[in-house]
Amino acid sequence: MAFQTLLFYLFGTVLLAAATAAVTLRNMVHAALSLILSFFTAAMLWMLLEAEFLSILLVLVYIGAVLVLFLFVVMMVERHTPTIHRRRNYRIVASAVAAVMVAELGMALLAPDFSPTAQPLPAPLEYSNTKALGSVLYTDYALAFEAAAVALLVAIVGAIALTLRVRPDHHRQNPARQSRVRKQDRLRLTDGRSEPPC
Amino acid sequence: MLSLTHFMLLSGALFAIGVTGVFVNRRHALVLLMSLELILLAVNTNLIAASHYLQDLAGQAFALFVLTIAAAEIAIGLAIVVVVFRSRETIDAEDLSEVRG
Repeated sequence: MAFQTLLFYLFGTVLLAAATAAVTLRNMVHAALSLILSFFTAAMLWMLLEAEFLSILLVLVYIGAVLVLFLFVVMMVERHTPTIHRRRNYRIVASAVAAVMVAELGMALLAPDFSPTAQPLPAPLEYSNTKALGSVLYTDYALAFEAAAVALLVAIVGAIALTLRVRPDHHRQNPARQSRVRKQDRLRLTDGRSEPPC
Repeated sequence: MLSLTHFMLLSGALFAIGVTGVFVNRRHALVLLMSLELILLAVNTNLIAASHYLQDLAGQAFALFVLTIAAAEIAIGLAIVVVVFRSRETIDAEDLSEVRG
């Protein structure tokens, strides 16, 4: 148990440091890389909480796809972004809001009757988190699961529709026009004699 | 001995960092998106910790849905950033006042 506590403090420190770096670094590529580090350590913490499936999902899908897309956009945009001059300084407001929130959360969490005292037993060896999650997901939450799938589809279509750009000076195929072509438009039958040279 | 309070304090601190990021970098659209990601990560950590300590899989199912919606949100957000950058050559959030009523 002591080893787990050690791991918690190690990963927690790295997580908070990386998150702070992600929102304060001026270099956007470094900030995006720190964001990736903070997600990775969060995945380690989830592993500590015996949520193996979500932990691996976070690394594979979120870091592998979403955050790399993020890095891609950062590298595309960053070169052209002049260093943003500050008109107003929000640091004091920000620190005040954050301090109030942390204080409130701490007060709520440190109340004696908040935290369940019973430690959960470690899962048995043959327990599969993926199987258990799947059996909940496809029965109790089937409707929400479908709705999430539809939301992802909408996001795909929306992202493509937003960024799709048709350049008039580019020669590209138009499948709609291609499939609408009729025989009369293209084909001319002659009687077999060669046509006079024109 | 780790308890639910440890994890909740950690995710509370992470949430506060995300909110601070939103305030400090109000003008940079990409850092705003990053701060949103951190906030959602804190929420997910909270859900999973509660799910573990209360021995209820509903928390993990909810975390999965939050993750899905966060992915959709970031895809649309990045697409909007790309479109804005293409047309304006800047992603300064305070310069985007053309559609103001």
